[in-house]
Amino acid sequence: MAEWTLLEAVKQAFAWELGADENVVVLGEDVGVNGGVFRATDGLQETFGAERVVDTPLAESVIVGMAIGMAAQGLKPIVELQFMGFIYPAVDQIINHAARLRNRTRGRITCPMVIRAPFGGGIHAPEHHSESTEALFAHMPGLRVVIPSSPARAYGLLLAAIRDPDPVVFLEPKRVYRLGKQEVEDNGAALPLDSCFVLRDGIDVTLVSWGASIKETLEAAGKLSQIGVDAEVIDVATISPLDIETILDSVSRTGRCVIVHEAARSFGVGAEIAAQLAGEGITSLLAPVKRVTGFDTVMPLYRYEDQYMPGVNRIIDAVKESMEYR
Amino acid sequence: MQGTDFNIETVEFLDPSGKLKRPLPDALGGRDKLIHLYRIMVLTRVFDRAAINLQRTGALGTYPSNEGQEAIGAGVGLAMQDTDVLVPYYRDVATQIQRGTLLEEILVYWGGDERGMCFSNQAEDFPVSVPIATQCCHATGIAYAMKYRRQNRAVVTTCGDGATSKGDFYESINIAGAMKLPVVFVVNNNRWAISVPLEKQTAAKTIAQKAFAVGIDGIRVDGNDAIAVYQVVSEALEHARGQHRPSIVEALSYRLCDHTTADDASRYRDQKELDQARELEPLIRFKAYLQSEHQWSETEDEALYVDCDSQVKKAIDAYKATPDQQPGEFFNYMFAKPTANLEKQKKEYFAEVKRHG
Repeated sequence: MAEWTLLEAVKQAFAWELGADENVVVLGEDVGVNGGVFRATDGLQETFGAERVVDTPLAESVIVGMAIGMAAQGLKPIVELQFMGFIYPAVDQIINHAARLRNRTRGRITCPMVIRAPFGGGIHAPEHHSESTEALFAHMPGLRVVIPSSPARAYGLLLAAIRDPDPVVFLEPKRVYRLGKQEVEDNGAALPLDSCFVLRDGIDVTLVSWGASIKETLEAAGKLSQIGVDAEVIDVATISPLDIETILDSVSRTGRCVIVHEAARSFGVGAEIAAQLAGEGITSLLAPVKRVTGFDTVMPLYRYEDQYMPGVNRIIDAVKESMEYR
Repeated sequence: MQGTDFNIETVEFLDPSGKLKRPLPDALGGRDKLIHLYRIMVLTRVFDRAAINLQRTGALGTYPSNEGQEAIGAGVGLAMQDTDVLVPYYRDVATQIQRGTLLEEILVYWGGDERGMCFSNQAEDFPVSVPIATQCCHATGIAYAMKYRRQNRAVVTTCGDGATSKGDFYESINIAGAMKLPVVFVVNNNRWAISVPLEKQTAAKTIAQKAFAVGIDGIRVDGNDAIAVYQVVSEALEHARGQHRPSIVEALSYRLCDHTTADDASRYRDQKELDQARELEPLIRFKAYLQSEHQWSETEDEALYVDCDSQVKKAIDAYKATPDQQPGEFFNYMFAKPTANLEKQKKEYFAEVKRHG
């Protein structure tokens, strides 16, 4: 088995699927010779050629719009947008077209494509490079929003996203791109979409998170166990459509829930989870659902981004409050 | 020559009085193809008026008229091969009906029903795009796929003059040039984007010259002249298919109608300008040409209108006879496989229907 970082796992998933399916085409700014600004496509153009690993002009809207046309013709385009902060020129194409094409043509034309973007803070990047706006896309009918949090899940979920017959927004937590290696079997096996992953079993409280925040959430769970609190940790992975059953099942056993995300708090994915818990899990709840999140502010520039990011202490404090609630 | 003056010639065959200014293209030799072009224009005009009447009587939603644009679609549609793909904007009836889109499908769409976008023919053509210029991007991707598969095909995408102010238009013509894609961008320059005239849209003297900024061909054609449009688009498509040479075809026309049935152009447009434009419109000159050069008689002309009327009436009957969608049909096409969440919401919806009808 190979040992990969999350970033290497992304590249290996590309390599596998480019080799397996000639309809797969990778396109974006700098993805060719340069191998992508994060090197997620390093060496792929050399192996698969410039027609399949395509350097595009610097124009996000037409990159996504072009991919829609490709997908309509039966290709399986994988778009790389360099940072989530640069996805917005393409939002018209994503929301008005990619998300709607199957519905408006009653299935005559479909849109099997993946739109990848690195997201989130914590790498001391310039302005506009650190935001987490997954809720924008999760709110839009017709889109899947998938966020891996480990090399194995990056590999398996990306393969699933490429093979999915509908558009997937695949957001990669760049803070953990190179944070550690994990053994992953390079066998082309996909992981299920639309499903949470339970990363740690526990009986006292359910911690729900995704993306890079999984790291702090697991660390918090480890520390909490030293003070006698046994936390279950759930990686949502597919933000939309949301696998609320796994979360409800966990909360039915623990009775307490703390949601951790880096994105701003109000109207976020955490709010949706909390609303569904209130709607369908109210009788299980022993304490109010708590959210540990970024603030409803503009993301500070890198010198101050740590003040914004939900860290281990904030998670532990929230869990303690939840445990103490009577 | 100043830097902003490109002196692009406008290709014309028929003058406003219906006289040929240069020899008829070989491909249009014989009466049949010429009558086909005329028939498409008449059918579009008759359909258009019927659609507006349907809207006025509440039997159709908001509808964008095609009056004054018939020659563009007639020429484009005839120039395209079956294996080409059309990515249209919302004022493109004359092109669509030559592609095999049924008149009743167009009515079903503007009548508020998605099934009007599930064409019976031409499975690869896109439905009309309402967001402006976004469709130009899709055309580049379709063209990419054709080139990737070494197919001898091309894409035509259409838009209005207003669309050429949008980023998506520039991004699309630019990428088409950079990647040498088999795509033709046909711009219907009807001089008005709702209430904004071309002069306020751009300082460029022509839209065709925008092609030069991105290194592709830019051609101007009299959009009231179906023969010229046919010829120019045919050549552009040959260059696209054979040489992967993309182009912009700027077709000069005039929007003789309101923007849509929800618009009132008298609020912003001078009646005198409209009257002048009417003298240049596409049907009058084509009929005059057929009469003077191809023995087209008034009897034949009347018979053609009667025939088009009856075709449109049949389409309206088919539209009105279209059974309603099943309740909750809108849940069924979001994803290839319905998600658990949608299944749940669909159940809630049906429970509500059961309780209250």
